[in-house]
Amino acid sequence: MIEAVGLTKRYGDKTAVYNLSFQVRPGAVTGFLGPNGSGKSTTMRMILGLDNPTSGQVTIGGHPYRRLPNAPRQVGALLDAKAVHGGRSARNHLLSLAQLSGIPARRVDEVLGVVGLQDVAKKRSKGFSLGMGQRLGIAAALLGDPQVLLFDEPVNGLDPEGILWVRNLMKALAAEGRTVFVSSHLMSEMALTADHLIVIGRGQLLADMSVRDFISANSADFARVRTPDTEPQLREKLGAALTEAGGHVLPEQDGALRVTGLPLPRISDLAHEAGVRLWELSPHQASLEEAYMRMTQGAVDYRSTTDQKAGLQQPLPPGAEPPMPVPGQGQPGWYAPPSPQQGGQPFVMPAGGPGAPAGPYGGAPAGAYGAPGAPAGHGAAVANPYAQPAPQAVQAPAPATPAPAAPAAPPAPAAPAADTTQPEDAR
Amino acid sequence: MSTHQPPMPQAPAAAPHWQAAPGGSYPGYTSPIPVVRTHLGHAVASEWTKIRSVRSTIWTLSVFVFLVVGIGLLVGGLVSAHASDASMSGSNPLSFGFFGVLVGNMCIITLGVLTTASEYGTGMIRTTMTACPSRGRVLAAKAIVFFAVAFVVTLVSVSFVAMVQSSMLSGSGAASPSGGDWFKATVGVSLYIALLGLLALLVGSMIRHSAGGITIMIGLVLAPLVLALFMATESLRSVRDFLFEYSFPSQLSVFYDNTLSGSGPTGWDPLWIMMGLTAAAGAGAYVLLRNRDV
Repeated sequence: MIEAVGLTKRYGDKTAVYNLSFQVRPGAVTGFLGPNGSGKSTTMRMILGLDNPTSGQVTIGGHPYRRLPNAPRQVGALLDAKAVHGGRSARNHLLSLAQLSGIPARRVDEVLGVVGLQDVAKKRSKGFSLGMGQRLGIAAALLGDPQVLLFDEPVNGLDPEGILWVRNLMKALAAEGRTVFVSSHLMSEMALTADHLIVIGRGQLLADMSVRDFISANSADFARVRTPDTEPQLREKLGAALTEAGGHVLPEQDGALRVTGLPLPRISDLAHEAGVRLWELSPHQASLEEAYMRMTQGAVDYRSTTDQKAGLQQPLPPGAEPPMPVPGQGQPGWYAPPSPQQGGQPFVMPAGGPGAPAGPYGGAPAGAYGAPGAPAGHGAAVANPYAQPAPQAVQAPAPATPAPAAPAAPPAPAAPAADTTQPEDAR
Repeated sequence: MSTHQPPMPQAPAAAPHWQAAPGGSYPGYTSPIPVVRTHLGHAVASEWTKIRSVRSTIWTLSVFVFLVVGIGLLVGGLVSAHASDASMSGSNPLSFGFFGVLVGNMCIITLGVLTTASEYGTGMIRTTMTACPSRGRVLAAKAIVFFAVAFVVTLVSVSFVAMVQSSMLSGSGAASPSGGDWFKATVGVSLYIALLGLLALLVGSMIRHSAGGITIMIGLVLAPLVLALFMATESLRSVRDFLFEYSFPSQLSVFYDNTLSGSGPTGWDPLWIMMGLTAAAGAGAYVLLRNRDV
């Protein structure tokens, strides 16, 4: 049980974390998401008493970390895989930590076996790969067999087998009733691992909800409509008809239209009435990655820009037009529009959640955690037609081109009756 | 993970549980490994593991022993080969150990700074402070372990050199040193050098940067003497004399009864001065460590 109340950290005039309040409960994996520089690591360091908050406080089991009795037996942490003396062997590194915490030395060999480093236990950690370093850091976190575990970017540098191992490890640890708090900037990874999400941007809380709620609140369905390439005027005509009928139409880079706010049969009818032939009419679901991007796009500190290569290019011949930018390509700021039922807000939270400005100290959690059906582990996926995140994680996250064909989405018309988050129901 | 207990009922059951007893113990998981109340002894064991398991310790101490013993034997050999009975009469044979220690103390300073500052360089300090949130205990353990190592190594090498030199020079007319002389030239010097190293360790903890800490310490040891050499004018005379008398090398030489200036601290004074300095640095390092972000 980790509880932060009004946590704020300033470095000079830069505010790294501002008024952050959240709770991390035992028995579940809680994902801690945010773009680079959003304050995740600073928050982790404050939880561990390494950095002193400028204001507010964070407690573990009711005590600030530095006053926690037997702290290393209650809390284990992986902060930075490279935070070891490179000249020391893996075993000696862990042995020194075990001695410091009053843990018997044989536990060192146990955790070395758990993370699979027993063969290189005597090697100096200087020569370790990033993945081996992560395993060593995880071993250090597990050393005290603690109730509370914090992992900062645990899958960085791990191979697919290692990622799968970490994912299962987190779930197993949480299933034993421990509190597991994992930071990451990869939504796709968290969608597979976490039961609950805390999203921050620029040091402020953006969302605090279960993964289920996050998915249903943020995954906007859309239809892709393609008209014959040979007749561009049909595309314009259909676009106008759909807009008139209340749909939201966005052109895609390959000439297709992305339509939200209208069910597929209605699009088909409208096309028929307008006399437009269709080459494609397909249901799609925006990925969780995309929902996360949309949520944090206003809070990204380090954003890439399109490489203009201006100094290297030949001047364009007279009369030639520079290529027009296409939405979604080479424009890092472009994401699919928010799902319509949210009334223009980039995201929604359950009413009364901790993000509400009214009462960060006011014990709001009842609302946030009383979410329908509360965290029911990963069996939850059965009930939710959208909770099929597995295929999404396989794709490499591609922030700048958020229009990949959503894999294996369930046919849109199948779901709407039950799910109020369907765009068409909101209109 | 063979030691884990079977999975417990999950979150839905656990949530009302902890809400009923806020701030209490965790309902979910209890480790089968017995919980021990940790104390300074655990931290000392941990620091001993740390200091013996890196090569920089072995290297700096090897170089220290090599310098102290090598230079000591060289000087002893040269003096016994060239000294006449007349020139040696009445001089203290132990005093020739000074040169090796003067050069060798750089190694102890380096090791002292590295003991604390290298943890900041690698980020290991965060892991350490997570495993032991009581920061003063970590600093105290480092100081104890380092002081013990530095003292023992210095004592062994200095005593060896003193014995060899006194036997080399015993027939050359030099005075035979008293028990007090022996004690000062071995235990006294070792305490002084170990305290100098401890000061370096504390400076390393305050500076948190290996190269910076070593530079400051070497400057502190050498600069006063070098400055004093160039203060030729009469108006700076008192400053120059002070620097001569209280610079680290001349205080070290007090233990060997051959001061540079002939005035200034005598007997065991340098040790008390060094203790005061180290205590002040220790207080500063502790306050900074307690209040700063790691």
